[in-house]
Amino acid sequence: MKVKDLIANLGFESVHEGEPDREISSVYCCDLLSWVMGRASADSAWITVMGNMNSVAVAVLADISVIVLAENAPIDSAALEKAKQQGVNILKTDKPAFEAGLLINNGL
Amino acid sequence: MSALEMRYEVPGNDFTRAGEASSAIKNKLKQMGIPPGVVRNVAIAVYEGEINMVIHASGGTIDVFVDSDAVSLVLRDTGGGIPDVELAMREGYTTAKEDIRSLGFGAGMGIPNMIKYTDEFKINSEVGKGTVVEMKVYLEK
Ligand SMILES: Nc1ncnc2c1ncn2[C@@H]1O[C@H](COP(=O)(O)OP(=O)(O)O)[C@@H](O)[C@H]1O
Ligand SMILES: [Mg+2]
Repeated sequence: MKVKDLIANLGFESVHEGEPDREISSVYCCDLLSWVMGRASADSAWITVMGNMNSVAVAVLADISVIVLAENAPIDSAALEKAKQQGVNILKTDKPAFEAGLLINNGL
Repeated sequence: MSALEMRYEVPGNDFTRAGEASSAIKNKLKQMGIPPGVVRNVAIAVYEGEINMVIHASGGTIDVFVDSDAVSLVLRDTGGGIPDVELAMREGYTTAKEDIRSLGFGAGMGIPNMIKYTDEFKINSEVGKGTVVEMKVYLEK
């Protein structure tokens, strides 16, 4: 499944599409950045409520396919700017992390 | 002599710029045609080190050496140092305060991640002088 399919088929909302054709191969849920870097696989969809500069850096460095902001968690403007510069995919949903993760996982 | 040597400065106490050195290193290695898995391991390990230099010290330098067999990294800071290195290496040990934790850091998994993603890891620290972290990721496993 591609990042753009989350928007087209699963009801996720676009915050920034840096690379909509990027493939998603797994899902990981956590807000602690070192846990994400330690456990999330490359090309995963990462579900979090952490919308700051550091989350964008983690997505870039750990080869995360897309950041999914659960419960419509906000992203600060500096982070969004950085995501645009670096071509990072960011989506949001009103669903809690667990439900969002299930939804994506069922679509893989 | 390494095939390529690079030095990056990490400014202290500037969270908005933390990660810039690691991103630049990642891009450079990618450009050089280093395998993606190796690039990712280096990127994560060096980012954890860069963040530590910002949170726990007052910035520092990162030297990167690319050779035919490995990517080597040396992170140096002149911060307060680590009183008990063995304790600091343990999963979950942190001295980070709530403000840092609210940003998603301070889970005490930074050094464990550096160890996990590298083939060689060494840390030398002296209280009042600073910390030197040396890491190596082999190009072929
Ligand atoms: N460069 C450094 N200078 C001083 N202390 C450090 C440095 N790096 C790590 N530490 C100490 O080691 C602890 C563990 O580091 P780490 O595993 O990265 O976890 P965290 O950064 O989440 O606390 C830190 O909380 C800190 O006390
Ligand atoms: Mg750390």
